[in-house]
Amino acid sequence: MSDRPGIEVSGLVKRFGDVLALDGVDLIARQGQVVGLLGPNGAGKTTLVRVLATLLKPDAGTAHVLGLDVQRDAAALRERIGLAGQYAAVDENLTGLENLTMVGRLYGAKRAAAKARGRELLERFDLVEAASRPTKTYSGGMRRRLDLAAALVAKPPVLFLDEPTTGLDPRSRLSLWAVIEGLVAEGTTVLLTTQNLDEADRLAETIAVIDHGRLIAEGTSDQLKDRLGGERLEVRLDDAADPAVAVRALAPMSDELPSAEAGLVRVSVRGRDGAIVEAVRRLSEAEVGVDDLALRRPTLDDVFLALTGHAAEEAPAGQAHDEVA
Amino acid sequence: MRRLVSDTLIIAERNLIRLPRAPELLIGFTLQPIMFVLLFRYVFGGAIRTPGYSYVDFLLPGIIVQNTAFGGFATALGLNEDVQKGLIDRFRSLPMSRAAVLGGRTLSDVATNSLSLTILLVTGVLIGFTFHASFPEAAAGVGLLLLFGYAFSWFLAFIGLLVSSPESVNSVGFIAVFPLTFISSAFVPVASMPAGLRDFAEVNPFTIVVDAIRHLWLGAPAHNNVWGAVVWSFVIVAVFAPLAVARYRRAAGR
Repeated sequence: MSDRPGIEVSGLVKRFGDVLALDGVDLIARQGQVVGLLGPNGAGKTTLVRVLATLLKPDAGTAHVLGLDVQRDAAALRERIGLAGQYAAVDENLTGLENLTMVGRLYGAKRAAAKARGRELLERFDLVEAASRPTKTYSGGMRRRLDLAAALVAKPPVLFLDEPTTGLDPRSRLSLWAVIEGLVAEGTTVLLTTQNLDEADRLAETIAVIDHGRLIAEGTSDQLKDRLGGERLEVRLDDAADPAVAVRALAPMSDELPSAEAGLVRVSVRGRDGAIVEAVRRLSEAEVGVDDLALRRPTLDDVFLALTGHAAEEAPAGQAHDEVA
Repeated sequence: MRRLVSDTLIIAERNLIRLPRAPELLIGFTLQPIMFVLLFRYVFGGAIRTPGYSYVDFLLPGIIVQNTAFGGFATALGLNEDVQKGLIDRFRSLPMSRAAVLGGRTLSDVATNSLSLTILLVTGVLIGFTFHASFPEAAAGVGLLLLFGYAFSWFLAFIGLLVSSPESVNSVGFIAVFPLTFISSAFVPVASMPAGLRDFAEVNPFTIVVDAIRHLWLGAPAHNNVWGAVVWSFVIVAVFAPLAVARYRRAAGR
């Protein structure tokens, strides 16, 4: 089994009524790889995770995890996967330890062994002090950590994390990221869905961008950014400055038209060398006041915008995704 | 099969652990039945003719049967909550028996039903109910109540997985349980009802179960009611257990 891909999805289709949630998805991840599935709400991320976690039957196509068919070998597969979701599926009226013990026993462990494993996980996830409190008293971040701990009870070689940090405050998010990075270091295959570009950037080796049920791009964070070409120049204008003048002044530096929005002008420049000097010269010749000016690598946000025609965090508003597919 | 039994017990244990921590449900099992007994006994009791029995003797089997039907609400509400909170997804992604979440739910209802049954019997005796039965007959009545309550929990398990929110569980559940229990021999003699209702009441399983309990506890004529009640219990499980399990397999967290 060790030579099989961690995750292998081919031509996967899932329909809910009129909505095509998955429209022929192909995806391969080797064992030990961390794949970030990036897309806006409703893109099909959760549907894909649910199919892989044996919760949902696809309408067409095949999906294998560790070489096991998600439908035919569902029972065997469930022994080898862990699922942690955006809703922190723990029983609010049970304590942290009771939750983990229950899950351990449902994996088939004896009570004492399940309890010992629960304690171990509580320690690892910094929840020892809350171990004997009902989880309804936990903060959002604590619940997510417990949820993740529950997914790890049976030390699964494959882990599905469905928007593990959505809705968390930045501190909890950082601490959860650190935990996930620890798992990755141990060689767990992880499929991580997220709307958060920083999260995909930080945790995932390869990123698959999904929109309207289709994978529209795949690659490392750097590869995706390179697809956009040049560096991004960002100019924050003086309050008095006219954005239209700034756009006209900077246009010759790029193959595309600069964008201007709330005093921020963005332009993708052809070459890095001398770009800042040239921009300053052009802006001062046009007598445009500048507050701040920076050159940066494109972010995944830029990637998303370029690939889909809409921003990642916005609801897709009927874009013609055929153009970019 | 061994997995089904052990997983069912694990889930039942979980339900019972959490019960005292969600006091509103516990109040439902303890105070509400007492309230019903007292209201019926003292508000309606004087106006309802029950030939051959004092009203408190007539009432108690009826209200206890109604209460076992309400016992299943813990299953309906609990399953609904598990779906809403995404816990069902966790269970379904585990290598556990597919029927255990439902089996554990309905099994823990037997424990809660035993609790409210005890409370009702004590209350009944305090306000004048007397068994006209031998101990084995009285015990057989208790067994029959627990069996029927267990069966009815499967119906409510199905309801809990069918509707989308705890509020709808309550309204759909009440709409089902109130007519079933009121258009039966539980609170008034069936003979006092108008023709259409009486026809329904006579075939209503709740009438059959209530009459079976009256036979076992008060020595009322049997008319095959005890076997009828047992058969009905098995029929309800046979119909609603597969329906509920099918629903569970397709259930999706939010």
